[in-house]
Amino acid sequence: MTRNWLLGAALAASTLALAGAPAQAATKFEFWYGLSGDLSERVQDVCKRFNAAQADYEIVCVSQDNYDNNLQNTIAAFRANKQPTVTQIFDAGTLDLMLSGAYLPIGQLMSESGYQIDWSNYLSGIGSYYSTSKGELLSMPFNSSTAVIYYNTDALAKVGFAGTPSTWEEVEDVARKMKAAGYDCPVAFDPTGVWQWFEQFSAIHNQPIASNGNGFGGLDAEYVFNKTRFVDQLTWYKKMFDEGLFVHKSKAAGETANDAFINGTCQITSSSIADHGTFGKQAKPEVKWTVAMLPVWAGTDRKNSFVGGASLWTLKGKSADEYKGAAAFFNFLATPESAEYWSTVTGYVPVTMSGFEAMKAKGFYEDPTYKGRELAIESLTYGEATENTRGIRLGNYVTERKEIGDAMARVLFDNVPVQEALDTAVANGNALLRKFEKTYQGAQLP
Amino acid sequence: MERRAYYRNKVLPWVLIAPQLLLILVFFYWPTTQALYWAFTLEQPWGGGNTWVGFDNFASIFTDTRYWATALRSAFYAVCATAISMTVALTLALFVDRALKGTRLFQSVFVWPYAIAAPAAGVAFRFMFSPQAGFIGAVNQVWPGIWDPSTVGWQALAMVIVCHAWLGIGYNFVFFLAGLQMIPRSIVEAGAMDGARPFRRMLDLQLPLLAPTTFFLLIMNLISSFTDSFGLIDTLTEGGPVGATEVMVYKIYFDGFKGLDYSGAAAQSIVLMLLVISLTFIQFKWVERRIHYS
Repeated sequence: MTRNWLLGAALAASTLALAGAPAQAATKFEFWYGLSGDLSERVQDVCKRFNAAQADYEIVCVSQDNYDNNLQNTIAAFRANKQPTVTQIFDAGTLDLMLSGAYLPIGQLMSESGYQIDWSNYLSGIGSYYSTSKGELLSMPFNSSTAVIYYNTDALAKVGFAGTPSTWEEVEDVARKMKAAGYDCPVAFDPTGVWQWFEQFSAIHNQPIASNGNGFGGLDAEYVFNKTRFVDQLTWYKKMFDEGLFVHKSKAAGETANDAFINGTCQITSSSIADHGTFGKQAKPEVKWTVAMLPVWAGTDRKNSFVGGASLWTLKGKSADEYKGAAAFFNFLATPESAEYWSTVTGYVPVTMSGFEAMKAKGFYEDPTYKGRELAIESLTYGEATENTRGIRLGNYVTERKEIGDAMARVLFDNVPVQEALDTAVANGNALLRKFEKTYQGAQLP
Repeated sequence: MERRAYYRNKVLPWVLIAPQLLLILVFFYWPTTQALYWAFTLEQPWGGGNTWVGFDNFASIFTDTRYWATALRSAFYAVCATAISMTVALTLALFVDRALKGTRLFQSVFVWPYAIAAPAAGVAFRFMFSPQAGFIGAVNQVWPGIWDPSTVGWQALAMVIVCHAWLGIGYNFVFFLAGLQMIPRSIVEAGAMDGARPFRRMLDLQLPLLAPTTFFLLIMNLISSFTDSFGLIDTLTEGGPVGATEVMVYKIYFDGFKGLDYSGAAAQSIVLMLLVISLTFIQFKWVERRIHYS
């Protein structure tokens, strides 16, 4: 009796709800991302474009401020079963998610929803970073970047250097001449910039960070960067720092390295290609600058640099309709027009070869505003890829990044010997790796 | 006086304490048991499963020299911040209590810093203490390179401690002033008639009579230094340079939320919780009982 009554009430309620809803309501689904400021506005533009382009789905895009916050909030939401359908996860957060089984592989999602995407069209370095060992792509490459070096062209001209330095020898020479010419800060250096000053150096110079191909070969990898050319590189950073050619710039010091560059305080900085757009908008009018690929030491057989940025993951536990919406969104992102739009307004690289070729054919990179951005693609695809340049697939890597940043800071600020600082970072890192391996005992890298 | 109340109705007392009980259950016991469980397992961040490891997590933090360094740093931080904050607050309270000109004004002005949220204060202090642009950084104009908390560890730690102490002054001041004003005027006046100067009266009369307040504040300040330093450190130094300002609560945050090492962070939380509980226990057991003047 009571049960019938309850059933009846439930039926009545659902009928009412159905009747109340407009006949063709768009399926809503959420997308969380970790960008803020100008880049967040651009993501919102992409969302608006998607919503305007079709009527079946409505994407709700929520900024979580930064990658770390987005990862934390997504995990908390996932554990409470309140996760968004799509979330943006940065490079260092990829491995945990890969092993968690909390996601739907992008290939499966797209083929189940009836979309054909030519995955081979994606830039190989970008594709391999987010793929299984068998080459199956797990997440949608979205905002991809790499590290480059920015030069103040007036300062280069003043010391009589034509073009841009392409070796560290030239950088040292130029920096010394800049100092002599009265520039207080030739190169802005922040030891927390582990990504550009350590990881990218290792990739371009074909130096391993850890065994097992930087972890791609299995969870039992061990750090080895205390025995590579990075030891000499850090020794060189220290020498440059002591001579006042590298100057410490950070948030805590009052001005970040990038701010120091666009304000004209410092003449050289290394940062993401994604900052190309921001620099263009924010640099002081009198600051004339250009961009180049990261330098190498003379005589080095240069390799490709690592892809940075983030990709889009589809999380488990949502309805079939929401997945259809997510697939439609990814399909929208994969169109050449969307790829071009996103790359134009931000500075992130176009993630597909066809997108890149289309932009080149249009003369996009001839435009003075965007000139130089093609160097990121050149850097990402330079030379034959090796197991040291595929990417980094190491557990607890966010913590190890901090360890490496601390090692650089200890060498620079506290005069700790280079080898000792790196040995400590490696020992601490290996402890982290073993703990990670134990946490995912028996798990296999997909 | 008998402090017990009797209810005929057996349900009513439960109903009366239910709201409080519910709050404690939801916001304390539930998360704490969760943390306790995680502390004995290796928890996968995305919730895919976990393995029971017994005391391994505790063993690994207690054998880590850097954890001990962090714990010692926290203790140093707590002692210094507490000492500075209470000394300054007591001095101010003593002056305000003496009914100098403008006492009413100072009574409210000195409390204000307590109303400032720690992260907001952190941002303000970051600008003031910034070596290259800040107000304090101006000393670098005179002696180049003398002040740089972004690279010199002890300067960063000193900066954070000073900020923490400054934030707590208002709170301590209110309690000290109230304590001073509770002292019967007749005692102080009797002392004055016997020829004791203000300084002597402070040493022999006011400070001993303030002891209960002082001990209460001591414990509260120590606890607050262990648990409330997070907002300040996160905005001022993020634990740097090279971990020089990494205290226990900041390490928990970094390991757990940034490093996704939920189990290690849970074990550290349990240790910190036991520390705070023991401080509170001391407060209840000895301080409140033994020091009692009336």
